[in-house]
Amino acid sequence: MTLQYWTWLLVGLTFALYIGIAIWSRATSTKEFYVAGGGISPLANGLATAADWMSAASFISMAGLISFNGYDGSVYLMGWTGGYVLLALLLAPYLRKFGKFTVPDFIGDRYYSNVARTVAVFCALIISFTYVAGQMRGVGLVFSRFLEVDINTGVIIGMIIVLFYAVLGGMKGITYTQVAQYCVLIFAFMVPAIFISIQMTGNPIPQLGFGGAGADGVYLLDKLDGLHRELGFQEYTSGSKSKMDVFFITAALMVGTAGLPHVIVRFFTVKKVSDARKSAGWALLFIAILYTTAPAIALFSRINLIETVSNKKYAEMPEWFGNWEETGLITFDDKNKDGKIQYVANATINELNVDKDIMVLANPEIAKLPNWVIALVAAGGLAAALSTAAGLLLVISASVSHDLIKKMINPKISEKGELLAARLSAFVAVIVAGYFGIHPPDFVAATVALAFGLAAASFFPAIILGIFYKKMNKEGAIAGMIIGILLMLFYMTKFKFGWFGGGTKADWWFGISPEGFGTVAMLVNFVISIVIAQFTPEPPAEVQELVENIRVPSGAGVATVH
Amino acid sequence: MDKPDLKKYWKTNLKYLAVLLSIWFIVSFGCGILFVEELNKIRLGGFKLGFWFAQQGSIYVFVVLIFVYIKLMNNLDKKYNLND
Repeated sequence: MTLQYWTWLLVGLTFALYIGIAIWSRATSTKEFYVAGGGISPLANGLATAADWMSAASFISMAGLISFNGYDGSVYLMGWTGGYVLLALLLAPYLRKFGKFTVPDFIGDRYYSNVARTVAVFCALIISFTYVAGQMRGVGLVFSRFLEVDINTGVIIGMIIVLFYAVLGGMKGITYTQVAQYCVLIFAFMVPAIFISIQMTGNPIPQLGFGGAGADGVYLLDKLDGLHRELGFQEYTSGSKSKMDVFFITAALMVGTAGLPHVIVRFFTVKKVSDARKSAGWALLFIAILYTTAPAIALFSRINLIETVSNKKYAEMPEWFGNWEETGLITFDDKNKDGKIQYVANATINELNVDKDIMVLANPEIAKLPNWVIALVAAGGLAAALSTAAGLLLVISASVSHDLIKKMINPKISEKGELLAARLSAFVAVIVAGYFGIHPPDFVAATVALAFGLAAASFFPAIILGIFYKKMNKEGAIAGMIIGILLMLFYMTKFKFGWFGGGTKADWWFGISPEGFGTVAMLVNFVISIVIAQFTPEPPAEVQELVENIRVPSGAGVATVH
Repeated sequence: MDKPDLKKYWKTNLKYLAVLLSIWFIVSFGCGILFVEELNKIRLGGFKLGFWFAQQGSIYVFVVLIFVYIKLMNNLDKKYNLND
């Protein structure tokens, strides 16, 4: 069978499965729509959280980023998994005990203030929208390459699928489709990795093949370090970023992960506090399977790429090379007209540009794996993008229908009315996300990093202080959140978009890149919150009691409306 | 449950967090970033040790940390009769 048949078959089958699950598990109440009725088992919730969290960025882009950046790519590996430790130890059990639907709900109640709630809604919306646009783009990328439809048609097909099960199923539908999507995406990620690991090292476990040796007895990592030196690239196992910057970026990604609303909300879907802890454990275990395999894939594909193209005749390139050239994601410019590909670090001599995003998708083809494996990777990429998009859409719709409409605009809205509002806002959110997927603003990549910085600079300190510092009051928290966000926005727009006079790498404060600045903004937020709380009135007694109460795990009812 | 008991429960919880988060910090920020060059002089098969911590080891430790936390807290809840 040709690659295209295989791809249509596997993508079609998985899509049919998702839709089937959505129909079987559609939501009939707001409780089911927001938190799946609160009766999800920790194992299922762990699977769903893993799929929710691992986006097109984890599945499609991350191994490519590591492949091109070597040691510097470790920031994503440590950052995006280390955040789970914070989440499991510092947030999940207490937020579950608190037992409301959304993150703004917690902020609004803990800080007894609708201003705080509004600030939180605003942050949740920005974070979720910037993220979801990137997912739709990922869907379009897979469709355009493997199914040979126009990238825009790809985005629209993706929109319709997500719309169908997010609007119909709510959290309940999303949870069960995410469980299925995790299985699809992890299978799709592991199969080619295992194949290639056997091919290159004879070891079927990619995590071990990573440290293994090739047929010539040379360790792969040493071999790649050698290739990199030869071609003038930075040595693979040592980075080019400053230690300070690596530290701050890792910290920002960790804290940002812990503050992402679509991940936090998943812990509201289990029955009790101990289940929330358990789900976080399962989730990280399932995530770790992919995250420890990704750097192995990065290494394998980097060696394969260099060995396939470096100093080889352009006319003799395999078929995948031409296919990716057509999408514009590989470009070749024969500068010295010798008909061979010079792939080196020196930009004036280098003739080949490979987009980082294609490494995972192209990897099975480069390694000459069978067509069904390549098709499987396409289906896996779609599962990763769709599951995250759905989780984010739910946060957006809950923020609008619950935090804005029910809590602020029209508290008397009926259950039915709120459910309708939730579905309508999910619908509008899909349309907006699709629009950004088709017309991506130039700053999509920058705004995804911004989403993490924002989450770190705004939510994280407010939630942590809300749980661990009983005397934290609304004045401190609101000031901290607003200054944290504004500082982060200022730094990102200054150095990413050139506002406020712009600036180059040399002007970075303390040598910290905009990606790592979320850590600084978070620290500022902490300091301001705590200082202001010393000079303003203590929170009322019932709020202090609430804090005492969330610290005790027993007696957590199902997440409820007030 | 009495107030002093709850205080003791919370204190033990904070102690667990301090220990677990110290390990969390050491394996990632310590072994993977701050002392990576020193550790890279040691080899673990095909890996330089610092590089291994940054791309593999820290993640394994993270998973273990969460499961240890679950176990500790479940025991603590039981001791103070706070499990549902």
